[in-house]
Amino acid sequence: MARAATTTDAFNAVAEPRRREILDALARGERSVTDLVEQLGVAQPVVSKHLRVLREVGLVQVRDEGRQRIYRLEPAPLREVYEWVRDYERLWTERFELLDAVLEDLKAQQAQPGRHGSQPAESQTTDKERES
Amino acid sequence: MTSTSDRRATVTTPTDTQILITREFDAPSDLVYRAFTTPELLRRWWHANRSEVTDVEMDVRVGGLWRWAAKAFNGYEFAFYGEYREVVPNERLVTTETFSGVPDAQAVNTTTFTGKDGRTHLEILVEHQSKANRDGQLQSGMEDGMQDALTLLEELVREQM
Repeated sequence: MARAATTTDAFNAVAEPRRREILDALARGERSVTDLVEQLGVAQPVVSKHLRVLREVGLVQVRDEGRQRIYRLEPAPLREVYEWVRDYERLWTERFELLDAVLEDLKAQQAQPGRHGSQPAESQTTDKERES
Repeated sequence: MTSTSDRRATVTTPTDTQILITREFDAPSDLVYRAFTTPELLRRWWHANRSEVTDVEMDVRVGGLWRWAAKAFNGYEFAFYGEYREVVPNERLVTTETFSGVPDAQAVNTTTFTGKDGRTHLEILVEHQSKANRDGQLQSGMEDGMQDALTLLEELVREQM
């Protein structure tokens, strides 16, 4: 699986897809390891390994209940980090939505050359901008 | 997991110094590549609806320089600039990238265009020299004042859908 070795903070901890799944599950309420194993369909050592990483960066807390260890989400360390990523992601989401429109135009031009005169599409290696 | 993702860009941080941006496009890779390497096309999308692009220069060949400048709606003027290190048309671009606001923090961006069945999987891997520089770039996304009241938990749940 991914690169646990480089995980030093909440940032990296959430980069790992399986750990995101664990956090998603815990976001709905406390879970024991057994619950998580069942819910995610992953072997227990894998779940335990990820829980250990999440504990180290302070994203989950654990308590004993009888013979079970119950995990719960501790969102505080994640919130700041997540907001950075979320806003950065939003920037790229907006960019790429605009890019979708550009690509639709290019596809239309290819399908019907000459009909769509709005974009010069032949300038792949142009060094300098031509407008203004 | 994220295979059902819609049109959202996905941003992850694979290591302390990296940012990885991924997205699928419903267009062949030569067109996506063209939209990244043609100034008048780049002008149409790079502004992200939050700035006015004021200058786009790119000399797309190894050793060629690039510079994209913009003015945010709050008046802040900025630019990104660097050099092309690797150019494989329709497949791969490796560039250095510096943000004018932090001129001593240079990143290396590897943009990969993987075409399949008329679609393109795009990956932009940003490699910074330090965690501080990487975090700085991520935080810069917050300067646009578009924060809302979504909580972490709502966001996590939404990701599941």
